[in-house]
Amino acid sequence: MKKIKNLKEFSTSADRFEGANLLCPGCAHSIIVREVLNATNDDLILAASTGCLEVCTAVYPYTSWDASWIHIGFENGSTAVAGAEAMYKALKTKGRLKQPDRVPKFVAFGGDGATYDIGFQWISGCFERGHNMMYVCLDNEVYANTGGQRSSSTPIGSSATTSPAGRTSYGEKMNKKDMVAIMAAHGAPYVAQVAPNKWKDMVAKIQKGFAAEGPVYINAMSACTTEWKFSPEDTIAVSDLATDSLVFPLYEIVNGTELNITYRPKNIIPVRDYLGAQGRFKHLFTKQYEYLIDEWQTRVDAKWVQLQRREEARV
Amino acid sequence: MAESMELRDIEVWDGNFAAAQALRQAQVDVVAAYPITPSTAIVEGYANFKANGYVDGEFVMVESEHAAMSGCIGAAAAGGRVATATSSQGYALMVETLYSASGMRLPIVLNVVNRALGAPLNVNCDHSDMYLGRDSGWIQLNAYNPQHAYDLNFIAFKVSEDHDVRLPAMVHQDGFLSSHTAQGVHTLSDEVAYNFVGEYQPMNDMLDLDHPVTHGVQTEEDWHYEHKARQHHALMSKVLPKIQEAFDAFETLSGRRYNIVETHQMDDADIAVVCMGTSVETAMEVVNELRATGIKAGVVGIRVIRPWPLEQIADALKNVKAIGALDRSSPNGAMGMLYNEVAGTLFNAGVQTILTDYVYGLGGRDLTKAHLVQIFNDLKANMDAGKPTTPLQQFIGLRGPKLSFF
Repeated sequence: MKKIKNLKEFSTSADRFEGANLLCPGCAHSIIVREVLNATNDDLILAASTGCLEVCTAVYPYTSWDASWIHIGFENGSTAVAGAEAMYKALKTKGRLKQPDRVPKFVAFGGDGATYDIGFQWISGCFERGHNMMYVCLDNEVYANTGGQRSSSTPIGSSATTSPAGRTSYGEKMNKKDMVAIMAAHGAPYVAQVAPNKWKDMVAKIQKGFAAEGPVYINAMSACTTEWKFSPEDTIAVSDLATDSLVFPLYEIVNGTELNITYRPKNIIPVRDYLGAQGRFKHLFTKQYEYLIDEWQTRVDAKWVQLQRREEARV
Repeated sequence: MAESMELRDIEVWDGNFAAAQALRQAQVDVVAAYPITPSTAIVEGYANFKANGYVDGEFVMVESEHAAMSGCIGAAAAGGRVATATSSQGYALMVETLYSASGMRLPIVLNVVNRALGAPLNVNCDHSDMYLGRDSGWIQLNAYNPQHAYDLNFIAFKVSEDHDVRLPAMVHQDGFLSSHTAQGVHTLSDEVAYNFVGEYQPMNDMLDLDHPVTHGVQTEEDWHYEHKARQHHALMSKVLPKIQEAFDAFETLSGRRYNIVETHQMDDADIAVVCMGTSVETAMEVVNELRATGIKAGVVGIRVIRPWPLEQIADALKNVKAIGALDRSSPNGAMGMLYNEVAGTLFNAGVQTILTDYVYGLGGRDLTKAHLVQIFNDLKANMDAGKPTTPLQQFIGLRGPKLSFF
């Protein structure tokens, strides 16, 4: 396993994802991808589903990837990597690998649309079959690549272009789908929620994931400057608000049952501070809709209690 | 190492098992599949070979046909021999990924056991699924019986994996009529079959860890057009000569001759039908009987559907005075696809003739010898009159009031 001393060394080591890409300034995707790739020195076989990451990093005749990479469609990044992993196993059995002493890791990236919605069946299939792969969801809670439509990851009260806030609507009506719990329920050996601002926590989880045998799911909170509506320089600050308010609690689930909370904020900040930092929740700070802020806080508190109980009970 | 299997010179196989045997003998590295009637037995056969040590590739039982082709694409990009099978609704679910496979220039062999598309739901044969994917950039070969289904799989691997081609290939056969009908199939030994296909030589393989590659990039108006044009150019200019080469080599190996366009009694034919699948052999029978009564009838069987063999088809039909194009798919608001393609081919070749469109056999309805006799009688009447005397488009073997158009 790769040893990492400090952030400076980490950020410059084994750079297989080039800074030359078309992602928005302040996009957390590039930070997360670099953290995932730099967590290992192993060879990597990568896939991406259609989405911001894909369209911004492989625009012919250029590529931002210095590792083998494939994109097929919006829904099947997981299965593309599963197919490559099957080929690796076949060629290993047949003794036809070009570099038989090197063991590549197989990783698929998808946004929340590709993960929570259109690609859900494919991911579920891959996990049921037990492919030796890591699936990383870059969860920015919105269809950002197509211009800000709601997904089943979009949180309640968020204003998205297909669930806009207006005179008679506070925006998105549904609660965010609990993808982490669903993937853990597949019995995956390792499932974790991570955030780019907590890089040491992220690296530890990615390394655990790569060490596991079987399908690994990583849900990475990816603050979206364009759709969450904050300034590009505030990505990490907004991410800090998310993890310190416990809107995005950081935890892992091992073998579907053993839940460990991996970050406990010293000072838990109010959810109001997280919501107030983003334009997508601006309308919640009006007389008409402000009751939702209290509901948000109640729900986040309840989730935190539930996670702690699960951690304690080992279920 | 996979165990080899002793085969008799002639085995009694149906089309599905013949295709499964070909996948085994080609020693496919990855099969990712989802079952659908009537092609299910191909992947069941492969699974059985795997369970009994006759193949040492990976068999991935995915959760849908879309995932089957997605897995095949990932596996092919990783660098190895890849195949699967499907039919009908499964094929329809796969269509998006068919374009990805051909656009990425990945060799994959897909056995398509042709079946109707719902609604109404129907498990039996027609060519609706084949027609659905005809513009997807795949090489499409057509088997008329289990022997062809076996042999054409080897041809498909050989052409598809050729470095000058690098395009995926389908082997079509008729659902139930070929897939579930057992016949004597002349076999190749495991060694001879494998040597014909050859060891897979990867190109731009993702698993070459020293040379990373990027597959499936984005192109907009600046490059997309050039990519699609090059893909089309490869289909149009490179594939037919390679298929011909493979057919010749296969004849040397097995004594069995395949042609890009199959003709029967066409040297002096006045009237002819153009068709695909099992109806080609029925039409040959009918032609033999008509010849005995002095009617100069012939059959043109399409062997290579894509790329469309313009020159060979025009050449086969250039002296024919009345032609019937037999379409086994609902035209849904137009003339049939086969009619349109034959018409365009003849027009460009300057062939003046009378061409009519016969829709037949949808959802597994029989095309009988009597139907074909009626079609040839129509064609003869058209020839004798020197002009169309029958409707331009007719539905053959339909219950109730006769439907015809134009």
